[in-house]
Amino acid sequence: MTLAVDADRSFVEQIRRIGEEVAAVHADAVDHDARFPEEAIAALREAGAMSAFVPVQFGGAEVSIAAIARACFELGRRCSATAMVFAMHQIQVATIVRHLDGEWFEGFLRRVSAEQRLIASVTSEIGTGGDMGRSIAPVTPDGDGFALEKQAPTVSYGAYADDLFTTARRTPQSEQVDQALVLHHRDQTQLEPTGTWDTIGMRGTCSPGFTVRAHFAFEQILAAPFATVMNETHVPVSHILWSHVWLGIATEAFERGRAFVRAAARRNPGTPVPAAHSLSRVMSELTMMRAEVESALRDFVAFNDDPERPDLATLTSVLRFNNLKLAASEQAPRVCMGVLEVIGIAAYKNDSPYGVGRHLRDALSARLMVANERIHSVDAGLLMIAKEV
Amino acid sequence: MAATYDPQIRAVLRDHARLPVDVESLGAETDLFAAGMSSHASVNVMLALEDTFDLEFPDAMLKRSVFESIAAIDAAVTELCAAA
Repeated sequence: MTLAVDADRSFVEQIRRIGEEVAAVHADAVDHDARFPEEAIAALREAGAMSAFVPVQFGGAEVSIAAIARACFELGRRCSATAMVFAMHQIQVATIVRHLDGEWFEGFLRRVSAEQRLIASVTSEIGTGGDMGRSIAPVTPDGDGFALEKQAPTVSYGAYADDLFTTARRTPQSEQVDQALVLHHRDQTQLEPTGTWDTIGMRGTCSPGFTVRAHFAFEQILAAPFATVMNETHVPVSHILWSHVWLGIATEAFERGRAFVRAAARRNPGTPVPAAHSLSRVMSELTMMRAEVESALRDFVAFNDDPERPDLATLTSVLRFNNLKLAASEQAPRVCMGVLEVIGIAAYKNDSPYGVGRHLRDALSARLMVANERIHSVDAGLLMIAKEV
Repeated sequence: MAATYDPQIRAVLRDHARLPVDVESLGAETDLFAAGMSSHASVNVMLALEDTFDLEFPDAMLKRSVFESIAAIDAAVTELCAAA
């Protein structure tokens, strides 16, 4: 127990240092040039962070989900793009670790540990209206193996990943909701760009659309149905890790507001600083956000006490982690906006130490990555039937 | 043994599951989700079952596995009706 806690603590400390010494240094350039945060990802690889969640028996560090979440927060404070790439990779690793079945995937986890491979995901598809629970493209038999061709509207860091984790209909005869997850390597994949990624925020995630074509072996198809993976892992872990990234962004914006107010107070000792009053309001917004993000993480950990995870299969659980996503994604830009008003023009400037433009722009992505309106429409249905919300 | 509530369950599925196949063609153990029932449709099925059988599914039973086949639904309805 103590060992695990120590491993968690030293992992988070290591990530925080990479955040400060590498990610923060390049964050403005990554944002300005809409380029992949290669320095920070290289440093994370160097530290073995790609396999942090992989069990020790497969060569990983086996830190807890809480430590991964904390790492997302620490990176989110310094560079949102680095943090989001890290978070999305860990979601893919968590999916494999928690639904592990078969020697092929065990061998793959060993390769993630040994080679520090970066995994991207291809879950969205043109024509599904943003519903991750449906696929149009099927897995089809192809020569000595299988193949898929999928039109993806966005694939975050797709061009920089070593592997892609793609949802598809399990067979050409399967219904759209009968989905499988396929792990295919970059050298088994052809990525044809279908768009650009010149966005207002999260520019360094490099997430244009692609036509994804892959050829792979049967063993590379995860046995667990994606519907189960979604309920037990993909949705709750995504929402927890993303919201820790957003909490990091909001916290950094708040800290810039605090630095500004303190500097103002020092200039005129003894005189009240009106901005401090507004900052206090922002603090209560940030505190509410932090409470929701941290309690969702605690709930998730508790829901995993039973190895069968019955609690994660319920609709109440879906509502719980949807509510986290809705709350955190709306609160993060609100905090950044609040800080903008506290600081004023110095926060509006890109080249000011008090600038929060990047934070605000990055935080605005939160309500769009899985659109909140879609989540509300799912919740609206569940509300009719769930007994305790 | 034939499912006790089989005909009423099939009627609910016909009206609410929005399956691309004929409900009568389904076996008792056929996976309804694989047959094309979406999560959204499954919520409407749950609501209609509560209405039809005048019962309430507790939160612990509101999960995919309870509604994945006619047999599974029948077992859940049987359990709740017996407890009522």
